[in-house]
This record gives sequence, structure tokens and C-alpha cells, in this order.
Amino acid sequence: MKRYPQDPAPPKASGYFRERITPPRMLMTKPAPAKASSASTEDLQRICSQVRRDIIRMTHGAASGHPGGSLGCTEYLVALYFKVMAHDPSAWDMDGRDQDLFFLSNGHISPVWYSVLARSGYFPVKELATFRKLDSRLQGHPTTHEGLPGVRMASGSLGQGLSVGIGAALAKRLNGDDRLVYTLHGDGELQEGQVWEAAMSAAAHRVDNLIATVDWNGRQIDGDVDDVMPLGDLPAKWKAFGWDVLVEDHGNDMDRVLAALAEAKSRTGKGRPVVILLRTEMGQGVDFMMGTHKWHGVAPNDEQAARALEQLEETLGDY
Amino acid sequence: MTSYPVLDKKDTRSGFGEGLLELGRSNPDVVGLCADLTGSLKMDAFEKEFPDRFIQCGVAEANMMGVAAGLTIGGKVPFTGTFANFSTGRVYDQVRQSIAYAGKNVKICASHAGLTLGEDGATHQILEDIGLMRMLPGMAVVVPADFNQTRQATLAIAAHEGPVYLRFGRPKWPVFIPADMPFTIGKAQVLSEGADVSLFACGHLVWNALQAAEALEKDGISAEVINVHTIKPLDEEAVLTSARKTRCVVTCEEHNRYGGLGDAIAQVLSLHAPTPQEYVAVNDSFGESGTPDQLLEKYGLGPSAIVDAARRAIARK
Repeated sequence: MKRYPQDPAPPKASGYFRERITPPRMLMTKPAPAKASSASTEDLQRICSQVRRDIIRMTHGAASGHPGGSLGCTEYLVALYFKVMAHDPSAWDMDGRDQDLFFLSNGHISPVWYSVLARSGYFPVKELATFRKLDSRLQGHPTTHEGLPGVRMASGSLGQGLSVGIGAALAKRLNGDDRLVYTLHGDGELQEGQVWEAAMSAAAHRVDNLIATVDWNGRQIDGDVDDVMPLGDLPAKWKAFGWDVLVEDHGNDMDRVLAALAEAKSRTGKGRPVVILLRTEMGQGVDFMMGTHKWHGVAPNDEQAARALEQLEETLGDY
Repeated sequence: MTSYPVLDKKDTRSGFGEGLLELGRSNPDVVGLCADLTGSLKMDAFEKEFPDRFIQCGVAEANMMGVAAGLTIGGKVPFTGTFANFSTGRVYDQVRQSIAYAGKNVKICASHAGLTLGEDGATHQILEDIGLMRMLPGMAVVVPADFNQTRQATLAIAAHEGPVYLRFGRPKWPVFIPADMPFTIGKAQVLSEGADVSLFACGHLVWNALQAAEALEKDGISAEVINVHTIKPLDEEAVLTSARKTRCVVTCEEHNRYGGLGDAIAQVLSLHAPTPQEYVAVNDSFGESGTPDQLLEKYGLGPSAIVDAARRAIARK
């Protein structure tokens, strides 16, 4: 099977790199060490713009995929990988000892994760062009099967990622590893029963080195969550299951996302798992993709992709 | 034929419990998980000695499979324990995605498989699990024959890199495999050599096949008995060597006739050495309440059914 080289490609000398003499460390293709970066909010927002371009170009190029949720979770994932998590792409391995770990449970928003992984140095940015194509490591839904650096679990069939995150967090506890485990879930995904089995067990086992985040965009593939299968009082539900609950209503505001993650981090190690209910806008950043569920799993055509890209500044150079 | 004296009568699940306890002592990465069946799975000794490495998951098997998959990320070797029905059918998608497709080193240990679960009836008597699990790419499927072999298999799967389904059962059953008989995953055991018919068996039915071979010997028929304790990867060489010698085979399993040991062997034979084959298996039905012996007799899995199948196979040469 065709394989791409493991070494990240040199950055394209355009866009963001043309404008700055010394790019911040987290933007260099040489991976950052396993410590939090000093990126500014402006830096992170510029990365978000490029990630959103990647999402549009990847789904357009594949003529399939899930742009809506990907666009909505861009701030969260950029904040995690470029600011919050202690991780070292150059030292990536499956076990992830002494690294913070991330698991994407709602695997269909793979475009945003792939873009963030590539842009943070896990694999060459040019490989994003292979998304959903034959012989690619960038499968429609993430998998370990193709050996893509940065991915430690297959996901796509919904509801399974919280259990996996709990297992990884328990392994860290057994190993005396004090790094954290982060997981991301869709709100529609919470309709899967396994999520609540997992929520119950995380509280029972006092898994307090875990921060789960729910992408609370209120939309799923068939329509609004409230119409398809209402979740009821979501904060009360998580609280009743024994979790420490944070609600952040501005999940597409970088400063607010950073603050929520910092607050969540400060609440770890206190005997309870932590969940952030993060209000986001599906399709954020592309006007005609916002305010509707219709772009959950539909790729833009040529004209729509062009219109979307007009709204998103090329900050780091397209792949 | 080679004689196998009955050394004792013990349940295979206790062999799992003993093996797991030994592993706990020898391998600090082994973690036990159970879904509210610690006593039934004989995991209580492990739980008592290694409370930090035992995770009670409650009646939530789907979550248990995912937690086990996550534990491998960090180098742990998780052993999940619940009934075979809840280890497979109930959690098939979790096993498929989070364990098999993700290539995680999880050991799925399943008790109370098949009809010999007995009185609880068909809801719990899964007869489809071997088929379900052998269809998953990369999944090894091991079905040991008695207490001693289940203990050996438990130790062996810990050293095997990759997901494994280990199937065992509830009833006390003759212990006849010598404790020091070598056990290798994927290597079938010729328990008794013969010339007229090959009896391939797994699990509890290995003993029944030996009983059948003794009965056949009294009628002048020489049966070869092969313990196929690993359904996947199947020891194709052992299957073909015996089938080419005897030119007819019987497959014996406590499982539906579809998808199990019989089909695995039929596939090898049809590709490489077409040979008359008779199935001793449940004939595409669910089970029911009863004692293990009653059920094995009623559903045609006893020694006499194997004798009859051997005669039919020989007649088709």
C-alpha cells in the first residue's frame, strides 16, 4: 500500500509564513515539545482560518465528508493542539506515556482533526489532499488501521469514545502518569446508550484525569436535536451522573474556549471526571453553512467551495 | 487408540480463573475487567489479590469493551470477563470497531458458552459466537477442551499480541488433557491417531469425540481425534494431513452448524482437498432449558451422535 513519508514536509512559503520573519514555535513544522505553547489568541485564530480552508478543500476534493461539525469544532481543536495539550508529535507513539491524549468520539468530523494534526506536525500537510481517497491514511472516519500518526483509536460508529478515554485515563493512573485525557463527542451522539454507561463508570471509578467535551451545536443529520431526540436538561444529566459540569456558551470564541479548557483543567484531580458542554455553531465561518443542519454530512460543490473559501483567509498556505 | 484417563472433573471457567491469577502474579500489566459476573467467571481470586488492577464495570458490557480498548493505550493487557453471549453478540460493534479494527491487544474471555450453560436457557446459550468472532479480521479464536487446557490457553493468549476471543464454559467436565501437554495457539493436537475417519473437535466436544473414538474402535473402526483448540488461525496443515490420510471427516462443536469449526474446516478442505464431511453441531436452532447432558443428547452432540456421523462419513468415501 502506498505510504507517505513520516517526516513532515517543509512549509509552503506563502500566506502566513510570508508575512512573519519568525513564526511562533507552534507553527513550525518541527514538532513542539510536550509542553503548552505560548501562542497568542491572534495566532490561534489565524490557524483556525487555515484549518477551515482545509476542511472545505478536503470535503470538496473528496466530494463527501462532514464539513458542518468540523467547522463548528475548529476553535476547540486548535486550542487543544496548539495551546492546551502537552504533546510532542515528533515522539508520537501508540502508548502516549507522559503526553496528554485526545480521542475523537464523533469520528465523522475527521476533516478538522486531520487538518489540526497535520498543521501541528503529525504528518505532512500535503497528505490532506488524499482525504477519503483510495490508499489514503486519511480514511473517512479515523482509524489506527492505516498507521496515521496522532490517531490512537478507530471511531465513527458513535458512542464509543468516552469508554476508550476512560480506559486510557485508567492506564495513565496505573502507570503513575499524571497527564490528562481529552475526549470530544457530538450532542446527537449522546443518544447512544454506551455514552451513559461510560459516564456512570467514570464517576464510579473517580476518573479525574479526564476532560470530556460535548459539541453542543443542537443539530444532527436528520435535523435539530430537539426534534430528532431531545436530550433534556443536559447539564443536569451529567451532574446526576456524578460529573463536574462546565457550560460554555461561546464555543467559537477562542478566548472563551481557552478559558473553559483552563477552568476544566483546574478541576481535574479532584475525584470527579470533568465535562465541558460547549455551545458551538455548526458550519461556523461559512455563512451559508450556518443556522442549519443541512451541512452535517454534505460536501460543497465547486461553486459552493469557492464561495466558502472567499470567506476564509489563507493564513498558513493551502496544502 | 491413545487412552486419556479422567484426572478430575472441573469447570473450564475455573481454569481461566487460575490462569488469570497466575498472570496477575507474573505480569504487572495484566488488568481484569468484569461486568458483574466476577464469581461466575472465577475472577474473584484475581480481584482479591490485585484490587488495583481489577475494574468492576457493572452490567454495562459495551462500556467494558471500550474501557478495555483504552487500557491498551498505555501498555496494559486487559482481560474482559462475562458470559459468551454478552462478550460477542451484545457488544459486537464495540468489539469490531474499538478492538478488532483498531487492532487492540484485548483478551475477550467468555464463559457459559453453548448449550452446556444448561438451565438458564436459550437467552444465554449463545451458539453463534465462534462464527461472529472468527469473521473479525485479526481476531484469534481459542476454544480449549478442559480445565487444564483453559488454564494453559489463558496464559498463552497473554503472550499473543493482538485481540483474542477465548471461549469456555460452565459445567464440571472431565479433565483429561495432561497439565504438561504443550499448548500453542494455532497448533492443533492429534490426541489419538487413526486411519478410517478424522474427528475434529473443539471445547467440551473433544471429550465426546474421544468417547466416540473408543466406541468406534470396538467396532473395528480406527478414528483419528484432533483437538482443534484454535479455530482461528486454523491449523490448516493438521486438517489437511489428517483428511488426506483418512479421506473423510467429522467436525464436532457446541455451536450452530453455521459459521463455526465445521465451516472453518470445510473451507480449507474445499479449497485444498475436497473430502466428505459430516457436521456434529446444533442444527440452526436456539437451545432451551435442561441439564447439560440432556441438552447435548437432545441436540445431537453426544458421543453416539459422533459415532453415527463417523459411519455416515465413512460411507461417503
